[in-house]
Parts: sequence; structure tokens; C-alpha cells
Amino acid sequence: MESLEQIRERLLARFPDAALTVIANPGPAGQPSLLVGSPHAASIAAFLRDDPALRLDYCSNVTGVDWPDREVVETIKRTVPPPPPAAPADPSAPPVTPKVIEEKVKRHIPGYFEVVYHLYSMALKHGPVILRTRTADRTDPASLPSLTPIWRACEFQEREVYDLFGIRFTGHPDLRRILMWDEFKDYPMRKDYVEPDDYEWEPTPHGAVLDKARRHYPAPPESR
Amino acid sequence: MLGTGLLQGLAVTAKNLVGSFHDPERYVTMEYPEVKTKLPENYRNFPFLVHDDPKDPLGSLRCVACTICETECPPQCIYIVMDRDEKGKALKRPKVFDIDISVCMSCQICVEVCPFDAIKMDQHYEIAETNRFQGLLLSREQLSKSNAYYHQLHPTEAAAVDALLAEQKAKQAAAKAAKAAPAAKPPAPAAPAANPPPPPAPSAEAPKPPTPPAP
Amino acid sequence: MTSPAAPSSFPSGLPSSPGAHVRAVHDDFHGDLLEVSMGPHHPSTHGVFRMIVTLDGERIVRLKPVFGYLHRNHEKLGEQTTYLASMPYTDRLDYLNSMTNNWAYAIAVEKLAGQAVPERAEYVRVILAELTRLLNHTCLAGFLLQDTGCSGTPLMYAFREREKILDLFESLSGSRMMCNFQRFGGCRLDPTPEWLAAVRQLVDGYGRFLDEFEALISGNEIVMARTQGTGVLTPALAISAGVTGPMLRATGVDYDLRKVDGYGVYPRFEFRVPLGAHGDTYDRYMIRILEMRESIQILRQALRDLPAGPILDPKAKNRGFRPKPGEAYGRIEGPKGEIGFYLISDGSPNPFRYRVRPPSFVNLTILEDMCLGQTVADAVIILGSIDIVLGEVDR
Ligand code: SF4
Ligand code: SF4
Repeated sequence: MESLEQIRERLLARFPDAALTVIANPGPAGQPSLLVGSPHAASIAAFLRDDPALRLDYCSNVTGVDWPDREVVETIKRTVPPPPPAAPADPSAPPVTPKVIEEKVKRHIPGYFEVVYHLYSMALKHGPVILRTRTADRTDPASLPSLTPIWRACEFQEREVYDLFGIRFTGHPDLRRILMWDEFKDYPMRKDYVEPDDYEWEPTPHGAVLDKARRHYPAPPESR
Repeated sequence: MLGTGLLQGLAVTAKNLVGSFHDPERYVTMEYPEVKTKLPENYRNFPFLVHDDPKDPLGSLRCVACTICETECPPQCIYIVMDRDEKGKALKRPKVFDIDISVCMSCQICVEVCPFDAIKMDQHYEIAETNRFQGLLLSREQLSKSNAYYHQLHPTEAAAVDALLAEQKAKQAAAKAAKAAPAAKPPAPAAPAANPPPPPAPSAEAPKPPTPPAP
Repeated sequence: MTSPAAPSSFPSGLPSSPGAHVRAVHDDFHGDLLEVSMGPHHPSTHGVFRMIVTLDGERIVRLKPVFGYLHRNHEKLGEQTTYLASMPYTDRLDYLNSMTNNWAYAIAVEKLAGQAVPERAEYVRVILAELTRLLNHTCLAGFLLQDTGCSGTPLMYAFREREKILDLFESLSGSRMMCNFQRFGGCRLDPTPEWLAAVRQLVDGYGRFLDEFEALISGNEIVMARTQGTGVLTPALAISAGVTGPMLRATGVDYDLRKVDGYGVYPRFEFRVPLGAHGDTYDRYMIRILEMRESIQILRQALRDLPAGPILDPKAKNRGFRPKPGEAYGRIEGPKGEIGFYLISDGSPNPFRYRVRPPSFVNLTILEDMCLGQTVADAVIILGSIDIVLGEVDR
């Protein structure tokens, strides 16, 4: 099978204005992935499925990933030029070395939702080609194109991603909650999901459960 | 011919019916609780704590309350409080060691991670209780079982553990001796093992199904 | 209903999921349709699974599966615990096949961390996986017959054999079904020679059991009348819908990960991949019987060639395991289809993302397509032939 770079080249030749980025995988698994811009996702998916050299007819796995907002603290070295001498330079004075100061800069990296598709070819028995689509940020309602019209296998899995991550798939024929009940409000797989405080008494509370127990019994009886 | 398949199938059922009277392969039902199945040595159910001295089941626990098992236990059903003296110094033994076996999923991870071979898997499975909370919450007193009991349950594994512990002890004693050698007094002979392993439990015929706790 | 987009694939005029158990639906074109809620408490649904079936007379015109009664957010649990602590949880996905679940998870983590596996462990894994396949397919055949109304007898014969395999698992791993046996870089324990001898004995006797079971069922005219031509699945739809495992091969598509990916030591064994021709329920039953016969061949070879050596890579680290940042998707051919795990590591002791690709869940996608135009009684056996376990569907 071609490498992901080659696939990207060919896709760019076919869809010149598509946004395509190869995302390297730093781990030893060596499974890089291809980030696809939303507007072209469906046509690119159809191309990958029908291209005679690829024939990625089987979409194995569809899943969402929630990348929360991050703050990174970066240390930036800056050279401060020496203040201009007030008096005419004294030739005997040692040359003033420029000062280097380190500054800590906080940088806010906005989070995003991501949907990952693992594609294989049953006809040519190769794979995986990993596609990703991303939202711009984590604001609701997040929405991404659905690939269910290309691969039926996405139907339930995209519904699951919608259910657990709250990503709306435009073009999905039947987007309803699948694992949670219909009246459920939140999206449990998001990283900032807060579990409801349905305290259940446990005889050995510790850790998070102990905190919960304390909340429910403001003055806990002296434990042993 | 239509119906041959049916007849063939009926012949199989007939064979099984007749076979169930004389062939143990075809009659596999066991009349529990009159007859109990022979548990394999590796069978695991819920954890217990090993102590070395039957006269002092709580004082001679091998557990040093390091809480490794508490952190590693996937459903978080172990609860340990280290025993401390008045000055707050850790005494390296648990004051509280509870396992909530209504939550425990018998995964044996605590046994795997314990560096002191202090916690092992029990095989006592008749554990029905009327009180879901306190009845299934096993305390240090209930969990403490003797090394002999461990030998009875898992003879091979226990023998290996004993050998390992004896080796460690010998090493420690040797290190101590080497340290004490320059001193004037000759070092005392290495202390005999506190609790020599009992001979392997009779396992040739009818290895006893685990009996109620034998602390 | 929180449906943002109007469902387009439905025949118009049909209301969606009702609360009532059975009620008549009025529709101008079809006359009176009847909506029946099968499940969640129904013996044919293999657990707590619900199908909302709309009937025109006795024919199914619409079927909507409802999931989630057993949902416990396994993936969130996986993200909240360490890599090792997820291993016993994978037992509880497809609780019939804990050994293959363990292996799939171990393979994903090994890919993620670049961990090697000793040869002996690979062989032991193959032995355990094939035993699991025998176990699963035996159970399935029994249950499928139970679903056709052939109450008791075949199921009990199947369970009798399954129990022998479970006994083997118990004596090896300590537990019949929740084996928790694989580790990253090998297996937890080394099988003893006695255990291997017991496996050999079982494998030698298994063919005889299959012969007997086939004599009981395969030629039975009633079974054939019920299952042949029922729930036909076309290869094109099966591929598009991501159907895997025996379900896919019953339609004639040659795709077996043991051959395609050649993971573990499978390329060293000689075995055939049975394929169906019609994609109906009978083919799906037959494929499983044939696969069991191939599994017996693999087991014979694996037992013959099992090398000596360590069972766990000495460099393997299970406690305090922190793989480097990266991601990996590992998959194996489970008895029900492709079971995969997708992991993203951010270098911490817990996975950043832990995803299970459940074969039963994806295979259910085409349940409606297979049932349309069939009778309710057929829907029961079609569901039975998909082979689902709700622990894995709902996770
Ligand atoms: S049982 Fe073992 S791991 Fe657990 S606290 Fe005691 S010594 Fe530590
Ligand atoms: S067996 Fe598993 S669940 Fe039970 S106490 Fe040990 S680690 Fe926890």
C-alpha cells in the first residue's frame, strides 16, 4: 500500500483546495493519520473507498476524542540590549554584555473534538488508513460531517460518538442517542463531564468516594 | 429422504439418554451441595491475608500496610490504615485492613502486585450473607489466615513462596552477619524460620474443599 | 427524542419509539400496522436488548434496536484506571470470550509501547484463543437452536462440552470466565504439562462431539426449513456495514484477520478459512461448525510445536506502566469478529483515550436489513445467528 504521504499527494491532486495534514504518531506503533478538513471529508472518503489502488471499503472503527483546552507554560529567552550609556563611553569600563532574561509565557491552546476513522480494505487486504476530522473548538454545538453515507459501518458508531461526545454529524440519517437514554442531557465521555452526585453508601469509602461521603454527611461519625 | 435427518437426530438423543446411565462422559451433573466439585489449585475467589504465627494471627501478618494493593485494585475495594504508635511513627502493620468483597471482582491483581507475598486468593465460595454491607465487608480479623491454610489451598504456589521468603531471610541474615562480623561477639546463628512450612496438604485423594476460615 | 436531523430512512408516517408495550399504528397506506416491543426482558434477546418491531400482519416492516440497558461506560472506566487495571475489566466485555478480549487489549498496548512477546506466550495465546473460539461457537450453536424453538437438548449438549473448556480455563487462570490472563508482554502464568495434556485430550475428543452435534442438527429438516433462506445478507452490504467474523464469511467474503494481519504466530499454522455461499442463517450456523473444525487443526499444531522458554518478557512492566505518548489500534479476530482496542497515551499511567471496537455492536448494524420482510419468529433466530453479547454491545 502507498504511504500516507503518497495518498495525501494524490488526494491533493484530486481535491486541490482540501485541507489535508499528515499527523505523525510519536509512539512505536507507527500509525500516522490524515487530518481532513470538514468540507471535503465526505468526498475524500468516497474517493478513498472507490479508488482502485486503495479500495478502502471497510471502516472498522469510529471513535471520538476530546482534547480539552490546555495551558502550556513556555520559557522564552529574550536578550535585553544594554541601556545606552548616559555619559560618553569610558574606554576603560568593561564592555557591557547584553542581558538574557527568561520569561514564562502562558499560552492557551484551544481544545477540540476529533473523530477518528480506521479504514481497511477487505478487497485488497491492506490498511489501516486513519482519517481524522476536527472541530475548530469545543463550543457547543460541535458538528462534523457524517461518513455514514459512505460506510454503513459508521451508522451506529457515529451515533455512539454523538451520544457520548456530543458531536453532531451532519448528513447522518438517524442521529439519536444510542447508549444513554433519550432524556439524558450531558455527554459522558467528555473530559469535563461531571458525574451526577448520586451518592451510594459504601462501607469503605476512600478517595473520591470518601469526599462524596463527606459531602453527604457533613459531620461524619468518628471512624474507628 | 425427508425425515432421515430427524431420525438421525433422535438416534443421538437416544444414545445420550442411554449413555447417561453408565457413561460418566454423558452424565455430568453434580449433586451440589451433597457432592462438591474438586477445585483446581489455581482457583481464586476472594483475597485473604497470610500470617505466619497461628498463635498471633494479627501480630504476625506479613502485610506491612504499604497500600500498593489498595492503589492498584481496579474497583478500589481495599481499605488500609497504617498502625502508628503514640508518637505517630508507622508500625508497618495495618490497623485497618478491609476488603469489601461485594465490590471485589476476584481479579487477583492485589496478589500480583504485593511485594511481600502477604495477600493471597482464598477458595471459600459459600459466602452468602444477609447483610449486604457489613456481612460482606471483611475485616483484618476475618481476612487473616495461617500459612498452613495457604499451603492447603495452593500447595505448589505456597511452597514456591516459602522458598522465596526463606531465601530472602537467609540473605538478610547473611548481610547482618557480615555487618556484625567485625564486632567482638560472634553473631548469633540465623534465627530459625518462625513458622516452618507444614508438609504439603494431602492432595492425592479428595483435596478438601475449602473449609470455613481456619485462622 | 433528541434527534437533530429528521430520520430520512424511515417510511414516513410511523411514529418513533413508543412507551407502550404493544399498540396499533394507523397508517393510510398500509392499513393497520402493529408495533411490538420485544425485550428488554425477553428470553430470545440474549440479555437486555430491545427491538421495536413494526409488523404488517406477521411481516416485519421496520425494526429499531434499542441499546444501552447494560451500559456502564466501560471506556470512561478505562480512562480512569491504569493500563493494568483495565485488563480485568476487558473480561467483562464479552464475558464468554475473556481470553480473546484480553489478547486484543494486550496487543493494542504492546503496539502502543513497542513491547515484544516471547514465543511461548504467543503459542499459549493461540491455544487459548482457539479454545475460546470452540467455546463461543459451541455456545452459539446451542443458543441458536434454542432460538428456533428446539428447547433444551442441543443447548445442554453444547454446554456440557463448553464446561470442559471452562474447566481448563479455571485450572489455568483460576476463573472460569473472568480469566484476566494476558499481560503486556506475555501471559500471567505458565501452563503446566498436565494442563497441556488435558487440552490435548479435549482437542482429541472434540471432533467426536462435533460429529454428534452435526448428526443431531445439521441434517434436521425442520432446522433447515427454518434457517435456510432466512435473514439473507449480501456481501456488499456486509462489507459496507463493517460486519466481521463468521457473519461476514458466511456471505462469502474471505476476510479473516488471522490470515490478513497474521498477528501472533498464526502464519505458522495451516488452516483454511471456511466461506459461506448464501449468507443466510443456516450458512452462519454452518460456518461456525466448520471454523471449529479448523480450530481443532490449529490447536493440534500449536500443541505440537509449543516451544519452551519464558512466558512473560522479562523486560515487561505491568505495574507502574507508562507508555510514551502516541496512539495505537490493535485488533484480532475474536470469535464474534474483529475486536479492537484504540489507545491514546499521553505518557501518564492512565490511557488518555481508551476505545473498544466491539464486534457484536457493529454487527448489529444490519439487523434491520436482514429482518425486513421476515416474520417475528425469524427475527429471533436472525438475532441469534448474529451472536451478540450484551456486555460488549452496551459496554
Ligand atoms: S497486602 Fe501486600 S501490597 Fe497490600 S498493603 Fe499489605 S504488603 Fe502492601
Ligand atoms: S482481587 Fe482484584 S478486586 Fe479483589 S481486592 Fe484484589 S485487586 Fe481488588
